[in-house]
Amino acid sequence: MSDRGVGASILRKEDDRFLHGGGQFVPDVQIPGMWHAAFRRSQVAHGRLRGVTAPKGAEGQVFTSADLSDIKPIRSTASFPGFKVSDFPVLAKDKVRYVGEQIAIVVAPTRAEAEDIADAIEVDCEELQAIHDLNQAREPGVAIIHEPWGDNVFCETAFENGDLEATKKNAAHAISRVFRMARQTPFPMEGRGACAHYDSRLDELVVWMSHQLPHPMQRGIAEHLGIAIDKVRVICPDVGGGFGLKTHLDGETLAVTWVSRKLGRPVKWVQDRFESLVTDADCREHQYTITAYADDAGKILGIDCECAVDAGAYSPWPWPVGVEAATGVGNLQGPYDIAALKGRSVTICSNKPPSQPFRGVARPGACFTDELTLDAIARAVGREPWDVRMDNLIKPEQMPFDTVTRKHLDSGDYPEAFKRCIAAIDPAAVRERQKTPEPDGRLIGVGFATFYEQTAYGTGPFGYSAWGIELVPGMEMATVRLTPDGGLWASVGIQCHGQGLETTLAQVANSVLGVDPDRISIRHGDTATAYSGTGTYASRSIVVAGGAIAQGCNELKPLLARIGAHLLQCGEDDVTVEDAEVRGPGGSVSFAEIGEAFYHHPENLPDGTDRQGLAVTTGYNDKVHGGVFGFGAHGAVIAVDPDTGQVEILDYAIVGDCGTLVNPMIVKGQVIGGFAQGIGNALYEESNYDENGQPQSVTLADYHVPAASMIPDCKYEYMESPSPYSTFGIKGVGESGAIGPVGAIGNAVNDALKIFGVEISETPITPRRIFDAIERGGAS
Amino acid sequence: MKPAPFDYARASSLDEAISLLAGADGEARPLAGGQSMGPMLNFRLARPALLVDISRIEELTAISETPDGITVGAAVTHAAFEDGDVADVANGLIRHAASGIAYRAVRNRGTIGGSLAHADPAADWPPVMMALDAVIEVRGAGGKREVAASDLATDVMTTVIEPGEVLAAIRIPRLSSGATWGHYKVCIKPGDFADSLAVVVRDRDNGRCRAVIAGPTSPPIYLDGVATLVESADGWSDALQAEIKEAAGVDIRAASFCDGTDRYANNLHRTAIVRAAKEALSS
Repeated sequence: MSDRGVGASILRKEDDRFLHGGGQFVPDVQIPGMWHAAFRRSQVAHGRLRGVTAPKGAEGQVFTSADLSDIKPIRSTASFPGFKVSDFPVLAKDKVRYVGEQIAIVVAPTRAEAEDIADAIEVDCEELQAIHDLNQAREPGVAIIHEPWGDNVFCETAFENGDLEATKKNAAHAISRVFRMARQTPFPMEGRGACAHYDSRLDELVVWMSHQLPHPMQRGIAEHLGIAIDKVRVICPDVGGGFGLKTHLDGETLAVTWVSRKLGRPVKWVQDRFESLVTDADCREHQYTITAYADDAGKILGIDCECAVDAGAYSPWPWPVGVEAATGVGNLQGPYDIAALKGRSVTICSNKPPSQPFRGVARPGACFTDELTLDAIARAVGREPWDVRMDNLIKPEQMPFDTVTRKHLDSGDYPEAFKRCIAAIDPAAVRERQKTPEPDGRLIGVGFATFYEQTAYGTGPFGYSAWGIELVPGMEMATVRLTPDGGLWASVGIQCHGQGLETTLAQVANSVLGVDPDRISIRHGDTATAYSGTGTYASRSIVVAGGAIAQGCNELKPLLARIGAHLLQCGEDDVTVEDAEVRGPGGSVSFAEIGEAFYHHPENLPDGTDRQGLAVTTGYNDKVHGGVFGFGAHGAVIAVDPDTGQVEILDYAIVGDCGTLVNPMIVKGQVIGGFAQGIGNALYEESNYDENGQPQSVTLADYHVPAASMIPDCKYEYMESPSPYSTFGIKGVGESGAIGPVGAIGNAVNDALKIFGVEISETPITPRRIFDAIERGGAS
Repeated sequence: MKPAPFDYARASSLDEAISLLAGADGEARPLAGGQSMGPMLNFRLARPALLVDISRIEELTAISETPDGITVGAAVTHAAFEDGDVADVANGLIRHAASGIAYRAVRNRGTIGGSLAHADPAADWPPVMMALDAVIEVRGAGGKREVAASDLATDVMTTVIEPGEVLAAIRIPRLSSGATWGHYKVCIKPGDFADSLAVVVRDRDNGRCRAVIAGPTSPPIYLDGVATLVESADGWSDALQAEIKEAAGVDIRAASFCDGTDRYANNLHRTAIVRAAKEALSS
């Protein structure tokens, strides 16, 4: 094996252009004659739209739903029983349902001029009661957001496995809690954006999007505009982060595309930060009402839980609402051997932006809930939480293990990883330290969280098809071809927006064929270069695109061998293909020599050379459709200032496992990046709305994304338990780092607060929430 | 996030700036570092007809030091204080406070006069200037007037500066060499506007002791009860801590400095002033 293939921490190929300002993002796209778009947006959360009037002189530059009548509304459904369909108009029609919903699109030679016109548009809107809270939404007599529904509930699901009734009778302890997780926004560094223009030579609509899913967007745009799919090309160039936000078909892009066609002029819209904070899909607003049943030693016997999710005003395409809440319930048992689980999910409609999956989807919420519940159980049975957690973990000899929620956990040694995390944190030393008051009066706490990460799940029945939704991933395709000078060119249907896949996919190819990664071009994010694919989401790309590229390289081998053997004047069976050459008994020929022969000197080729040439388009599909599972153990030591409520992370440790590490340096970067977002989830980020549905977190002065100085160093170790089901045993890792912090930090804070007899049960764990909890303890 | 249309003029002298501002029917605003005005323009919260750029006026970037103190032009940047380009007449308090304003890019352009005139109650300069008994020089068509730092802000983002006037300079009296100070800022992230900011200055040789509290809901106030306790204290004790916390509560309530029912905010301000006082008495 080469030292630049799978397992090597080579530097990222893409960083040269990023570090030298050579990246090309949607805002960099310049097309002659291009105009800029701005949107007039709703200023009320819920209202009846009675009229929209363009300022005099700007009539030809302002377009409303009346103009866009030939675009279909965005409709996204699921097969959950009783699922109610919401039509999400590209521009608001008859009603507005959240602050920031787009009412009109305005185009002008510059963005500033477009904003001036948008500012001068008169909107006549009768304000209605706002649904601002997931419990208020279910109160009798409140306003109904989608009036034909009769209520504000998108859907409810139920799940039951194991005998919970018998469990209840046998359990020594029943621990009940209500946990709430604040609404967040994924907040990629680069916001959304789109640029559309018509290529008259190709009779093709070209749409540049800051997006994670090029092919699904090609389909979505074609279907909503009513044009043939081959007349749409979607290019997702460099993308400055996505985190799941950039996986839905947004109304802004459709409106930009429509106007570009209407005017026969390139049109670009680049979301600004205000629009990002006000209009971006929100996520993570969950409420878990849980009762866990345990024996005297803290062994969890069963769980009964309702997960309610505030999904906002509409169901986004292609991921419908409902999946989030069902995922919350479907992961509540965590990495533990629990026999019975009864769960219900409720997905609420509110006057807030539609919700989207965000890094980890509902798993941070499930982790917060099950991990804080586990520590509460430990306190109830009088044992240390890490001992109780260890006893509940699934053992390596149980692998592969089918959880009570039917997750097929493929491999891993969870107790060993957790043991290493405990050793890194040394909770016994924390217990010693806690015996003496701190000189500064702060309170020390220690907490852990363990979790699995479901990655690269596929078709079904335990993948996407189970939900009956619009987008179901299947065979992931790649094209791999030898270049005339012995390099490789590969195209894939995923999209890389910070994961380093241009490097790691080249490393996979290197491990099969030995071509140096610097000689391998990975093309992604363009429907014109990739045969098909569903894009990058759910920590899938290194597994599925990596699998497809490995498969393509393997299928290229016999084609290379045939020509190589001919050039070596030996039999095909006598050669091997490795280290970028074909080796025979008497010598070898390089891939460059083979390329030279095939592309430039066909007179040197054997008769009957394969019609396939030196290119392969092939696919990869998991052996199991439920995905491959990584693992993480997080530990935190924190100090709480009881007077200010401020939390400082004193020590943090992550021990993880994502199977075979393709590039350990890149994995670490992914995990630490997730850790940073997890800190935001645990301590800082909160999209607040007032009783009128007005967003309160509309600038970075109000929405607190952790800055570099707020992210501490972290002890870090990764184990390797290869998956038996994937190529090279690779598992995904994109979401892992973001799942654990809310559990570990939450438990550490509660450990610090236990002298007051109180617990935190809501994120973010702000100074005010800590102060209020301590006051509650003082009062009782 | 693009501003509404406006005209722009760069003034080359203070008199020119005043005349430009006076000639715009109250629709003109001065622009110095633009670190608050920029976002307000982009959010269209501010819609001036004319922006008068005062950042390059020589008089406004002048610094003059005397044995009594220092006079600093309004357009001197936070970074100039942080870097020591402006002599710190407060035994390090000014440099320390400057280094906690936002982050370096903001400090490179943001100005002390801009911050004081903007009068965000949670900003860093107003309580520091109050604690140092700084005097603000305001210039207008009618000439020059002086305003105590404590009298500058009349409400949140509201000052005594009239349309057509410019905050021109800040005169900061020099502390005696034995004077000590305490500065305690509570904010959610480093450099953020303060949830609470307490400043205590103890200058017994000059017979001066000040305690100031600042927060997001109303302009900073003096806590005279706290100042009296700090002035007469000999070192730190638990009893003194309790007395200061109590006295701070009395002053904060009397001034309706924050929502009386907000127990968190009240406790936070009292905690901040205790910690600032402790620092002043321990150094």
